[in-house]
Amino acid sequence: MPYDCVVLVKQVPDTQAVTGKAMNDDGTVNRGALPAIFNPEDLNALELALQIKEEHGGTVTVITMGLPKACEVLRQALYRGADRVILITDKRAAASDTLATSYILSCAVKKLGRFDLVLCGRQAIDGDTAQVGPQLAEKLGIPQITYVEKILKLDDDTIIAHRSIGSGWEKVEGKLPILLTVMDTANTPRPPGVKRMMKYKKSHSKSELAGTENTEETINFLKSKGLLIEEWNLEDVQAELVWCGRDGSPTKVNRIQSVVLTATGHKRVEPTEEGIREMVHELIEDHTIG
Amino acid sequence: MIEVNRDGEVWVFAEQQDGKLNEVSLELLGRGKVLADKLSVTMAAVLPGYEVNSLADELGAYGAEKVYLVQDPLLHEYQTTSYAKVLCNLITRHKPQIVLYGATAIGRDLAPRIASAMRAGLTADCTDLLIEDFKPPRSDQVHKNLLQQIRPAFGGNIIATIVNYDRWPQMATVREGVMPLPSRNGKLKAEIIPESVELSPEYLPLKILERHTEQRKVNLKASRIIVAGGAGLGSRENFRLVWDLANALGGAPGASRAAVDLGFIDHDYQVGQTGTTVRPALYIAVGISGAVQHCAGMSQSAKIVAINNDPEAPIFQMAHYGIAGDLNDVIPMLIKSIKERK
Ligand SMILES: Cc1cc2nc3c(=O)[nH]c(=O)nc-3n(C[C@H](O)[C@H](O)[C@H](O)COP(=O)(O)OP(=O)(O)OC[C@H]3O[C@@H](n4cnc5c(N)ncnc54)[C@H](O)[C@@H]3O)c2cc1C
Ligand SMILES: Nc1ncnc2c1ncn2[C@@H]1O[C@H](COP(=O)(O)O)[C@@H](O)[C@H]1O
Repeated sequence: MPYDCVVLVKQVPDTQAVTGKAMNDDGTVNRGALPAIFNPEDLNALELALQIKEEHGGTVTVITMGLPKACEVLRQALYRGADRVILITDKRAAASDTLATSYILSCAVKKLGRFDLVLCGRQAIDGDTAQVGPQLAEKLGIPQITYVEKILKLDDDTIIAHRSIGSGWEKVEGKLPILLTVMDTANTPRPPGVKRMMKYKKSHSKSELAGTENTEETINFLKSKGLLIEEWNLEDVQAELVWCGRDGSPTKVNRIQSVVLTATGHKRVEPTEEGIREMVHELIEDHTIG
Repeated sequence: MIEVNRDGEVWVFAEQQDGKLNEVSLELLGRGKVLADKLSVTMAAVLPGYEVNSLADELGAYGAEKVYLVQDPLLHEYQTTSYAKVLCNLITRHKPQIVLYGATAIGRDLAPRIASAMRAGLTADCTDLLIEDFKPPRSDQVHKNLLQQIRPAFGGNIIATIVNYDRWPQMATVREGVMPLPSRNGKLKAEIIPESVELSPEYLPLKILERHTEQRKVNLKASRIIVAGGAGLGSRENFRLVWDLANALGGAPGASRAAVDLGFIDHDYQVGQTGTTVRPALYIAVGISGAVQHCAGMSQSAKIVAINNDPEAPIFQMAHYGIAGDLNDVIPMLIKSIKERK
């Protein structure tokens, strides 16, 4: 039986590439200096959806919420085999925390209408919160299986999944529709397909083209070729504004500090027998070692 | 969502599985008590499960003043939906101002589901919690005594302090091992309040077919002395030096992620943001540069000794004793002088 999968993906700053240049003088992170990438575990979620489609048939729809430049991750999804991609972008969605984000995403998934599986990455590397998946499941009123490493069986409306629980694993069975959050250990994401890349590298969304020359013509051209990336705003997904953006976000950032770690009472020890003997003596005196 | 309510209690979700409490819940009782005292309110634990009476007493011995005990055969096994239903019902009934969860596989599965249903804020993976006033920028209103939820963000490169002042409860998950375990006092007794929440099979949408848990090979959290080795050890063979020094001190070996990735030692030994958080009496970092993600897991150690042949290595900034030298020379000298003393 074919399955309709929805994959939620996020464009994130590559926090693993934080170097000196990426830090401002006041200790804050200069997001602009970091490359924007496809959130790694969202690629695993996409891969899992593509595998389901290959085995059972069906569709893979990919949704992201972000700035117009987040279309890049949607193109990346198209290169790998997504059937349909949608950008949710709206200034009023700015500063959304995980609660507001999951609310807006839930409105978008509901607008799609039919779905069997919703797949998220386990967590996004900009905040490592792992909250949007479970919150989205709650808002859709469907069960969740977090930390999925493998689908053991998918048959009719029943799924059996293998999930990691930190100190071990669990084999759980559930009924569709269901939401999964996918771990990096689940699979190895495929690289972009060369043919699809040639075809889709020109695809853009309206707001991504804003400000370029001959915008109107380009949009019409892309539309005629089926290359215009669908774009929804908060009205399109019928989101209530009170639950979106800053107003819809209960958590607020009070302050941000760069990490400066220093010990009090620092001491240089000479790398000689004498220096080390002295240190060991002090550590015994203060009962650190005994 | 509940209203801001200044006399609301401080709650800790008591996580148990197979009749055993997770240690992080006990760690949270320690900090929960500090927060509750500062707010002059009661600290309570919430314990859902089945046949878990003895655990309720245990929570008392670790400082819970009240235990809300919800027992039902349907709660025998943890499931997101049933446990979320229980917590949401109790939160609506008793309106706590703070609810804390361990940042475990269960806590991180459950807490966001509750936050969504309650339309409340939630901060993941906190490493510290304090009570302080907060004044939003461009506003004159001061919000008194808010929970400051402190966590690393951006891959550990910054520390963010999060608050939520208009929609309560204030909720956070807290990383395992970052708060000290309070000592057990068998004389302390909690007031046990049995609660019931109506559950039907629709709240158990999943079937757990099989569960397999492995005992961790090592319990770094319990070690008084840790000797951690990094990429500077050079090879799995040479990592032997770390084991030797740990043995000489009666301590446990630990490692940086680079050492784990290079295959010098198993992941169970990794200290740091994506490993274990430790707070031993003595932490000896050998051939470790001192990346923020590593330091996040050991900066609370009472004494830190660093051995590194690069005098500029960041690890020296946080070491109480810094030895700038080649570890291949320093470790044997260190072992020798420890043995001399014994
Ligand atoms: C999201 C994220 C999470 C992470 N989580 C963790 C984590 O949990 N734990 C963790 O440890 N890391 C973590 N890291 C990785 C971290 O950023 C560093 O890469 C890692 O800690 C470096 O390990 P190291 O200090 O052993 O290696 P290096 O940085 O390569 O340092 C090796 C050190 O050994 C010294 N040295 C070399 N030879 C000798 C010698 N003969 N004698 C003495 N000294 C010598 C060198 O001077 C150098 O300072 C994480 C990174 C990211 C992005
Ligand atoms: N803005 C977003 N757009 C689409 N999906 C998202 C967004 N934010 C989070 N997600 C999904 O939710 C998962 C968990 O995110 P987080 O809670 O931020 O760690 C991610 O791996 C994505 O699958």
